[in-house]
Amino acid sequence: MRTLAVARGVAWRTLHNVFTNPSLLLPSLIFPLFFFVAFAGGLSRVGDIPGFDFPPGYTAFQFVFVLMQSAAFGGVFTGFGIARDFESGFARRLLLAAPNRSGIVLGYAAAALARWLVTASFLTVIAFAVGMDVSGSGVDLFGLYTLAAILNLAATLWAAGVAMRFRTMQAGPIMQLPVFLILFFAPVYVPLSLLEGWIHGVATVNPVTRVLESGRGFVAGAPTEVGIAYGAALALAVGFSVWAWRGLRKAEAAG
Amino acid sequence: MTGFADQVVQLSRRSVVRTLRQPANVVSALLFPMFLLAVNSGGLKAETHLPGFPTNSFVAFALAVPFIQGALFATMNAGTDLARDIQTGFLNRLSLTPMRGIAVLAGQLGGVMALGLLQAVVYLSVGLIIGVRLASGPAGVVVLFAFMVLVTLAFGAFGAFAALRTGSGEAVQSLFPVFFVFLFISSMNIPRNLIDATWFRDLATANPVSYLLEAVRSLIILGWDGQALALGFGISVVLVIVALTLASWALRVRMARS
Repeated sequence: MRTLAVARGVAWRTLHNVFTNPSLLLPSLIFPLFFFVAFAGGLSRVGDIPGFDFPPGYTAFQFVFVLMQSAAFGGVFTGFGIARDFESGFARRLLLAAPNRSGIVLGYAAAALARWLVTASFLTVIAFAVGMDVSGSGVDLFGLYTLAAILNLAATLWAAGVAMRFRTMQAGPIMQLPVFLILFFAPVYVPLSLLEGWIHGVATVNPVTRVLESGRGFVAGAPTEVGIAYGAALALAVGFSVWAWRGLRKAEAAG
Repeated sequence: MTGFADQVVQLSRRSVVRTLRQPANVVSALLFPMFLLAVNSGGLKAETHLPGFPTNSFVAFALAVPFIQGALFATMNAGTDLARDIQTGFLNRLSLTPMRGIAVLAGQLGGVMALGLLQAVVYLSVGLIIGVRLASGPAGVVVLFAFMVLVTLAFGAFGAFAALRTGSGEAVQSLFPVFFVFLFISSMNIPRNLIDATWFRDLATANPVSYLLEAVRSLIILGWDGQALALGFGISVVLVIVALTLASWALRVRMARS
């Protein structure tokens, strides 16, 4: 009960900060939109490459990547907020005041999810407005958004772990770069089967590849690799929850 | 050496040394464009199967991007360093000396151009190592380096203008996404004639960064394309004139305030 009370307080404060500060809110809305425009608009001819077979079209193909990217970066942006809280001294006061400190991580994670849901809604409205075709049913789309939500949780826990270990905004690149790498070493522009050379090898073992391929399957109305994708996303979330909780212990130890 | 030239040399040397003393700036300017090259050339290799694609090597096609992206980093380096000089009061102290204002700008940009040249050498070396050969031959390398210096000067001067107007390193840093938008809404990943979405093709056509990319790309994959080079150099010269005019004006205003 005390955990939930702490989580609710932290989540409310984080969301209040984000939604009342345009410099925090706008980048998380504009960047995914910008990538969507640049990739789906600029590279639509990629859908004509021999062997590219995705019936809903290239816009829907890229939408899934941008949705997953927004979920992952929603978590990273929340990590920036945690680091800022440590820099300002707020997080230390929070550690002193919270009757159950696990609620702090939970609160940040809940805020990251709520924040991403706003971004995802915005992105989805824009995608449909520009004529994105979706062959999947409502259940398929629920599967897609749930998968993205788990990715958001995993990224938040990763960034929270980093923020609580370094406790400075200078750790921003450490939060951001691995997420950027794991996302872009997946089949971003074409399906895995069309990737050639070293990037095919890297993408094959990259867990985000399963998440993307499965997400695209949901949009196409032909779910594929669902178990593996959910397993990979949940494994990331569970692994990073350990990372985040250990980070919390380190922050506590640092005083 | 004349007094003015000496002032420029001293400030250029300071700018270069200061940049080299911040390895994070140098490394990110060198590595980030290479990372994007690796990701895009791997992920978009299949694009070469599109009818009308100008080469069968996507790495060769994409190698133009690091040159322009690297030049964009010049904006950040020049702007941030100059903003720090303003914030720390260095520019104020300098204005009490016989140093000519324009030497401050020239010195700062000299250092940025030196970094731009270093970036060009690294990007080209990486390209050669991974098997890209310049269709324009050794003379093309000289033209490529000259072009890189010119573009770096243009973007660096814009960065200096931003720094002089705002006096804030954070404000200069916030410009980076704007330049990134210009890079992505261009012919960066696909030739303009192959862009399917009309609105995107129009934006890419109106975007000067497309012509800068196409000038570099022409030297790498086509050889000597007079039109692409004329457009690239022409736009660069215009950007240099506009950016230097703005930066000089902002410097006068800033020195008058000091």
